[in-house]
Amino acid sequence: MTLSVAVEHDLGGFHLDARFACDGGVTALFGRSGAGKTTLVNAIAGLLRPRGGHIELDGETLFDAARGIHVPAWKRRFGYVFQEGRLFPHLTVRQNLAFSRMFRRGREAGGGLEHVVELLGLRDILHRRPRDLSGGERQRVALGRALLARPRALLLDEPLASLDAARKEEVLRYIELMRDEIRIPVIYVSHAVEEVVRLADTVVLMAAGKVIAAGGVEEVMGRPDLRAGAGAFEGGAVIDATVTAQDMQWDLATLRFDGGTLTATNLDALVGEHVRVRIRARDVSVALEAPDHISIQNVLPGTIRDVGAARNGIVDVSITVGTTLVRSRITARAAEQLALRPGLDVFALIKAVSLDRLGAAGR
Amino acid sequence: MPLPTSLEFDIILLSLKVALWSVVASLPFALGIAHLLARHDFPGKSLLDAVVHLPLVLPPVVVGYFLLLLLGRSGPVGAWLEGWFGIVVAFRWSGAAIACAVMGFPLMVRAMRLSIEAIDPKLEAAAATLGAGRAGIFLTVTLPLALPGIVTGVLLSFARSLGEFGATITFVSNIPGETQTLPLAIYALTQVPGGDAAALRLCVISIILSLAALLFSEALVRRATRRGLGYDALGSR
Repeated sequence: MTLSVAVEHDLGGFHLDARFACDGGVTALFGRSGAGKTTLVNAIAGLLRPRGGHIELDGETLFDAARGIHVPAWKRRFGYVFQEGRLFPHLTVRQNLAFSRMFRRGREAGGGLEHVVELLGLRDILHRRPRDLSGGERQRVALGRALLARPRALLLDEPLASLDAARKEEVLRYIELMRDEIRIPVIYVSHAVEEVVRLADTVVLMAAGKVIAAGGVEEVMGRPDLRAGAGAFEGGAVIDATVTAQDMQWDLATLRFDGGTLTATNLDALVGEHVRVRIRARDVSVALEAPDHISIQNVLPGTIRDVGAARNGIVDVSITVGTTLVRSRITARAAEQLALRPGLDVFALIKAVSLDRLGAAGR
Repeated sequence: MPLPTSLEFDIILLSLKVALWSVVASLPFALGIAHLLARHDFPGKSLLDAVVHLPLVLPPVVVGYFLLLLLGRSGPVGAWLEGWFGIVVAFRWSGAAIACAVMGFPLMVRAMRLSIEAIDPKLEAAAATLGAGRAGIFLTVTLPLALPGIVTGVLLSFARSLGEFGATITFVSNIPGETQTLPLAIYALTQVPGGDAAALRLCVISIILSLAALLFSEALVRRATRRGLGYDALGSR
């Protein structure tokens, strides 16, 4: 799938002028509330006709202001999961799930329901009405309903926003499951860092109606200069890794990533499992030589790519380790004392206890 | 009170026939206009709204007289109907049904419009993302969710038709067996000496009919609400 979006729209004094492109996987539209994320997604879904711009999916023009093209929502085949679920109150869960069948012509009618019911664990609530469901159950049904419409891509607009922490985790696990099992392209709107780094492959960062950065999740979420737009996210690196060994005696896990291996404290992961870990920039120290007699378990050789400008006595240093970028936040004085500069070979020191696992692909 | 006489029975049947047809004939138009007013913006919307409500505020005699001018055998529409289709409504029971339909129309539209406006348009948007076109959305989301309001509108209009007097008597006169519905028969009886007892009997019948219609619709609305339709279900969105 290739989706390219350029949308211009005015909404009561708010000006949206956003463009981005994405292909398969999970793309997060990330930014604070009021950044224009939902407006943008509504334009993609066809629920809103923007003033200007162009939207194209796999070569098919869905919207083109200049040529007066606006394919109506019901013909676009985007599955949309709304913040508030929007289940039909007059229908049972089963009828909600089967809703899209009424509008599908023969060619791709039957099937799918059983699989989705199984995948999302809806078996026991099929005969209930939406008002008798918990918030988490509602969102699961909404996910299933969108999936059963055989969409070309899924649009999830803050599907966890109205849920408490426990429900969030419940639904998040199902979204991960769906991402891994059905492999449908997803556009995920959120203002929550944890959700984005846990789910997304690509991040489109929005602020005040504009796209201010787009790229891989490690790249965008790690950029310290984007802190203002990204909100409370602490600069750092997000690393995809595979568990290669478990040390039962010390309760440690060994992770392999593009650039070497990491030792982490127990991550509740199985050998062979894929995990995503976050390393905060402030948990990473820099050394010019590999130190001896030190408690730090991870000493990764790398090359400095970039040394940021000093701000409030703080400097952010990007270090390339293999093909992975690790961020380090140190004092400006330390950077000066070590004469850090791009191209310098250094060692990134990372405490094993500082690695955070982001989400579990587990069941 | 003994059972209705056959003459009274004929009056009841005629009244029900007139009321039923007036409701059946106006239902699709009322639904269409209610949806138009609730969900669309267009130039002249307030004018349409006002015109729909006119029969509610005009003296019924005025409405009846206009119908006579328009649909009478020498009226523009009436002559056309007779010339092309051989249909005559003036001084016929069908004319009474038309008069009742016009008088009940604003009540019907109002109830339906309110219930459609109470439906969250976001649900209709959700249906669109699931592949439903305009007609599909109307049939599968709007219509079932508006059902309690539609039932209410139908009942109000039906009750209005049963009690319609001014427009009917002006348009189709008071012809026993053809256009003499319950209220018209009661009026006729009160105009002759010694008709009081008979008029009272018809009044009691009238009360019973209205009560039955009310209870019936109440039961329908309650059933629809229990099934998850209606306002309370929308409140929990």
